[in-house]
Amino acid sequence: MTPRTRQIVQLSAVAVFGLFVGASFLYDLPTGKQMGRTFAATLLQMLSLLPCAFILVALFDVWVSRETVQRHFGQGSGLRGYLWGILLAGMTVGGLYVAFPVAFSLFRKGARLTVIFAYVSFAGVCRIPMTLFEASFMGVPFTGVRLAVSIPLVILTSHFLGRILERRGYAITE
Amino acid sequence: MVVLWVITAACLLASLVADRRKTLATLRMAVIRLAKIMPAFLLMLVLFAVGITLVPQDVIRRLLGRDSGALGVAIAAVIGSITLVPGFIAFPLAGALRVQHVPYMVLAAFTTTLMMVGVLTYPLERQYFGRNVTLIRNAISLLIAVVVAIGMGLAFGEIRL
Repeated sequence: MTPRTRQIVQLSAVAVFGLFVGASFLYDLPTGKQMGRTFAATLLQMLSLLPCAFILVALFDVWVSRETVQRHFGQGSGLRGYLWGILLAGMTVGGLYVAFPVAFSLFRKGARLTVIFAYVSFAGVCRIPMTLFEASFMGVPFTGVRLAVSIPLVILTSHFLGRILERRGYAITE
Repeated sequence: MVVLWVITAACLLASLVADRRKTLATLRMAVIRLAKIMPAFLLMLVLFAVGITLVPQDVIRRLLGRDSGALGVAIAAVIGSITLVPGFIAFPLAGALRVQHVPYMVLAAFTTTLMMVGVLTYPLERQYFGRNVTLIRNAISLLIAVVVAIGMGLAFGEIRL
């Protein structure tokens, strides 16, 4: 299915729902009316947040270039290596499936396994557009707690996993 | 919510002062992306409205609600691990569930596993990392998600010691 067809199918489904809710109000069906009310209330709430999230993400994309971070990656070891890992992961667009090929190319360029595994996990934990979205909808405290708990755990586990695998001569393949 | 609009306006203003053309490009980018996800977004809201109306309230409360505890976290973690939902759908959905009094720790288990654990991406990941490391990495990620959920429960007073 092309994206265009998918959009048309999705919008048709929404239109069918709209007709159903309209009919429910006309013939006084409580279930349909309830669905319509829930839909409208949720939609209003989302529309008050969605534009902000999209503007913030677009601002980030326009003003911060990924090349800068990529150039620095692999410089410095220890905690500084992890810091660049967080930054590079923050710039990852998409999801884990984008992080795997990047991990492979980092490995080929000689980055340490510890940092590579941390990068892959960070790509799940702290992609910046996603984090902006999360904070918009769930609140900054939610995002703060999540990052504060997961970042140290990712560094710790990647450190041990990377060390063990390095000792075994493990290699990332394609 | 008002805070979010203030922050967005401040960032936009700073960007406008720094570079007018870049800012206009930014706004155009935001509008185009928003329009692109609108159909999927509206459909998500329809499914949410239909689901939340048809499933009896006490079933939701028991499985994901305030007193669901470990069961709710487990259900959320399983759903988050096996589904592939983009963030622009997942977080609004989590926000809508929050309004239905689903606890933060359950929502955290869902969103964190969604982002870190990949059952559907397993075949892809295996090609790069091999079977064993893929399994270990996902197991560790699942564990981290559970710890995040517990941390969330403690931070928001949903778990009382």
